[in-house]
Amino acid sequence: MAVSPQDVSRLADLARIELTDQELAELAPQIDVILDAVASVSEVADLDIAPISHAVQQTNVMREDICTPSFAPEAMLAGAPAVVEQRFRVPRIIDDSNAQ
Amino acid sequence: MSSEYSTDELMDYDEVMRRFDVVLGLEVHVELNTRSKMWCGCSTEFGAEPNTHTCPVCLGLPGSLPVVNKKAVEAAIRIGLSLGCSIAPWCRFARKQYFYPDMPKNYQVSQYDEPIAFDGEVTLELDGERYVVPIERAHMEEDAGKSVHMGGSTGRIQGSDYSLMDYNRAGVPLIEIVTKPIFGTGTRGPEVARAYMAFLRDMVRALGVSEARMEQGNLRCDANVSLMPKGSTQLGTRSETKNVNSLRSVEAALRYEICRQGAVLAAGGRVKQETRMWNETGEFTTSGRSKEQAEDYRYLPEPDLVPVAPSREWVEELRASLPELPAAKAARLRKEWGFSELEMRDIHGSEGALDLIEATVAAGADPASARKWWITELARQANEAGVPLAEVGVSAEQVARVQRLVDAGSLNDRLARTVLAAVAAGQGEPEVIIERRGLAIVSDEGALAAAVAAAIEANPGVAEKIRGGKVQAAGALIGAVMKQMHGKADAARVRELVLEQLS
Amino acid sequence: MTTDIYRADALELGRRIAAGEQSSVEITQAFLDQIDAVEPQVHAFLSVDHHGALEQAAAVDARRAAGEDLPSPLAGVPVAVKDLLCYRNLPTTAGSRILEGWRSPYDATVVRKMLEAGLVILGKTNLDEFACGGSTETSGFGPTRNPWDLDRIPGGSSGGSVAAIAAWEAPLAIGTDTGGSIRQPAAMTGTVGVKPTYGAVSRYGIIAMASSLDQCGPCARTVADAAALHEIIAGYDPADSTSLDVAVPAVLSAARNGDVSGMRIGVVTELGGEGYAPGVEQRFAETLDLLAKAGAEIVEVSCPHFEQAMATYYLIMPSEMSSNLARYDAMRYGLRVGDDARHSAEQVMRATRGQGFGAEVKRRIILGTYALSAGYYDAYYGSAQKMRTLIARDVEAAFQQADVLVSPVAPTTAYRLGEKVDDPLAMYKGDLCTIPSNLAGLAAGSFPCGLDPNDGLPVGFQVMAPVLGDDRVYRVGAALERELRAQWGGPLLAKAPALAGSKLKGDSK
Ligand SMILES: [Mg+2]
Ligand SMILES: [Zn+2]
Repeated sequence: MAVSPQDVSRLADLARIELTDQELAELAPQIDVILDAVASVSEVADLDIAPISHAVQQTNVMREDICTPSFAPEAMLAGAPAVVEQRFRVPRIIDDSNAQ
Repeated sequence: MSSEYSTDELMDYDEVMRRFDVVLGLEVHVELNTRSKMWCGCSTEFGAEPNTHTCPVCLGLPGSLPVVNKKAVEAAIRIGLSLGCSIAPWCRFARKQYFYPDMPKNYQVSQYDEPIAFDGEVTLELDGERYVVPIERAHMEEDAGKSVHMGGSTGRIQGSDYSLMDYNRAGVPLIEIVTKPIFGTGTRGPEVARAYMAFLRDMVRALGVSEARMEQGNLRCDANVSLMPKGSTQLGTRSETKNVNSLRSVEAALRYEICRQGAVLAAGGRVKQETRMWNETGEFTTSGRSKEQAEDYRYLPEPDLVPVAPSREWVEELRASLPELPAAKAARLRKEWGFSELEMRDIHGSEGALDLIEATVAAGADPASARKWWITELARQANEAGVPLAEVGVSAEQVARVQRLVDAGSLNDRLARTVLAAVAAGQGEPEVIIERRGLAIVSDEGALAAAVAAAIEANPGVAEKIRGGKVQAAGALIGAVMKQMHGKADAARVRELVLEQLS
Repeated sequence: MTTDIYRADALELGRRIAAGEQSSVEITQAFLDQIDAVEPQVHAFLSVDHHGALEQAAAVDARRAAGEDLPSPLAGVPVAVKDLLCYRNLPTTAGSRILEGWRSPYDATVVRKMLEAGLVILGKTNLDEFACGGSTETSGFGPTRNPWDLDRIPGGSSGGSVAAIAAWEAPLAIGTDTGGSIRQPAAMTGTVGVKPTYGAVSRYGIIAMASSLDQCGPCARTVADAAALHEIIAGYDPADSTSLDVAVPAVLSAARNGDVSGMRIGVVTELGGEGYAPGVEQRFAETLDLLAKAGAEIVEVSCPHFEQAMATYYLIMPSEMSSNLARYDAMRYGLRVGDDARHSAEQVMRATRGQGFGAEVKRRIILGTYALSAGYYDAYYGSAQKMRTLIARDVEAAFQQADVLVSPVAPTTAYRLGEKVDDPLAMYKGDLCTIPSNLAGLAAGSFPCGLDPNDGLPVGFQVMAPVLGDDRVYRVGAALERELRAQWGGPLLAKAPALAGSKLKGDSK
């Protein structure tokens, strides 16, 4: 299967990354080659093998429901690109230009 | 022209019911009342100054890692058990990935194909009819932050210039309870949905896991509904209404959507699969984000957390700790007391009545009398005073004592009502009021016999009828005696004396 | 006297400080001087904390002067920290423009433990952007150069940390290893690097690449120094759910012991042969002979699913990475592009991520997004998780036959800057030998075993031990170090060419 620049564009969309046409054109064959190289893994897809998400299997790691001090809001907001009234200012969330 | 509409046209509800079957689906988010958040020690307290309950973890700062709040897992298991669910012996958290500024990590840590509780069932009763709400799952997840939309004219998200984010709520534990498709609600779908919400509210309160204050967003409902033409088994396209934040709204929003979808289908259109927003004040829904592009959440087992594997012992320990749930309690008491559906409905209609009646019975009154006092006289007084029944000023113990006096023949109903009103008015204990106001029934047989004799003498015509066998005419004489005794006589004894003297 | 500081082991420096023979300030100043002297050529650091480091050093000296017991054998000894760890005193960038200038409001657990142990943090070292790479060329702030040959890569992603050690800018450094990012650069710079058992060292405060694989570990010039630093940074951390609540293996005593007699050393068949440079194979074979002479029993073991390890890794890693890097969205911290009141939040996110991330990071995010997207999960991420089970089973079987497994660290020595930047697959193949340990959670270390006779560049020898068998890694490493030093007449690093301006005596140019 060949990955097209359109496919990469759709993935970039999902990942919220703006890519130039040139980036799309360069990435598509690279992704394609890598996917070819890793495709062999899918041979075990249908086999009855328990998947593991960690090498060392642990369960039930939990903390008690105890409050610990929060950070000062100034410290939390210090790295923010924009702050208004102790809140993080973000650009408008709905893009009206695309609204129906 | 194809025919996917959003319309403001509504079809008459009864007309929709004649032509379509309703299929419901409810997703309810319960915000837990744990002290700390799901993954960090920040407080969950409501209403704090913006961003004062945040830390690197709940703000999703680089390098931070979550640790599961045990109390939230316990709450999830207890909710699951209360919904009759199976508890997974092993399950994981999963990242649900989508970008949104209120979600600091741009994924919500939730559960995907391994929910902690699954396959349950809730039975609801509406006027004697039973409705089964099948439960698909209950799973754990985290809440998002809150945004205020600035600029623009409406203060709403549309047309705003920018938004301000407060992450105090980010990471507060939620339990999401999802039903399977609910069939067979007939014409009462919206009411069943409302009853289900009320059931969940009472349940989580009884469990002590949530304040369940809908106005604070502790309990939030996404209501799905679709219509199928009568006789069809093909599920229709559903709409998902969000922002439904009161019991009344659940019912109203579903009713609105049913009527709207009915109109679309009747006009030959197709219902659009979309998210709709409930407008609380205008009581209508508006089109939100359309879902023509299916979301791709790219679920991923959360690699920063390890699986939760509740042991059998732990689950059984939690099961043993479950309180009797309000619905089960009502069913049990109804059986014990031998009440009819109708009698129970009055009780359910009056908040707190069930517990007060139960306490009154425990204090020695018979169930019927206990019910009578609380549902009639005391409910009326509470209503007049504008207070909840439990705060009417009369205790269950006092009601039981008054009833004991009635049973002993020292009070009749009318006197008992007067006594209870006086207790409610703060005049003291029933016995003191009876004594001070002379409310006890006159049990002096001599005085009573004299009064009966006087009444017979004053009403020779009536007396003659009774002698002639018309016993039902005794009422007039009894009335006369009661009047003479200022009501403080036992009507049954008066009747006996009348018949005795005329025999 | 100054040369004496540079060539001394970290533990020796710690001993002198504790004994009052040399002050931490003097030692710290010496390394800061070397940093100032050679950084223009090496570029191992992204930030240097001249002031803070000297302050920390002075505090240790003051404690000693007050008669206090110093908190660790490394108190007062300088350390360089990979810029993937959150540290309040300096910017934390992960080598990415998207975090340029960002200051963490909190310290990583490892940083906190080092500060508590009295270590002196010199600065933050360069790395491949978000640790994505094997050459340190993908750093958003320019590459680090290999002190052995400035035209070559130092390996990666912990290239800055190992280069700092090899260029005598620091006696110790912290690296992180997701698929070989400590071991491969250690091999390419003739230094010692260990990836502890997964869960042995807290990940809290370390910027995540692939959460189920990431592990932080020590970089040093000697095996014992690495072990001493290991003991300081390892241990249970309730803030990391994947942290292991067990005692830290006694790695320092293993590193001092170095007795391999009777140990079964398993050579993994699948990690060698075609694609390995002859010089690498030659040094590997010689080293095996040396271990045999020291009393070890050399056995051959097979781990058939290692053939799939790279494919498995290049599905799991980008999947987790694409998710972990979603938070860099211009809303709460870091770079923000295009916030001009016209563009929506989503447009700003896209523009910022498009501009702030480099090519390799984007490549991996796209790959991970693909592997997790609807319809592909089972075939890709799901299968990779199953393959991980098979690899873990192979490893388990292999450890029935051997106490440790060994292989070369990388198929080749350090390649030239720019040689593989446009051929990701060629670059990924450099991780062939190191990846299985991450997938199986093993402890694994890289130890210098000589120079490739063909290019004169360092070659590394990898030792892998079962989960929580970290001490075995050090035991074998110590044996090697002892035998090889006896052969070489000193450490391998002594053979490195001198850098222009270097403060080391005898290094004049
Ligand atoms: Mg949810
Ligand atoms: Zn927090």
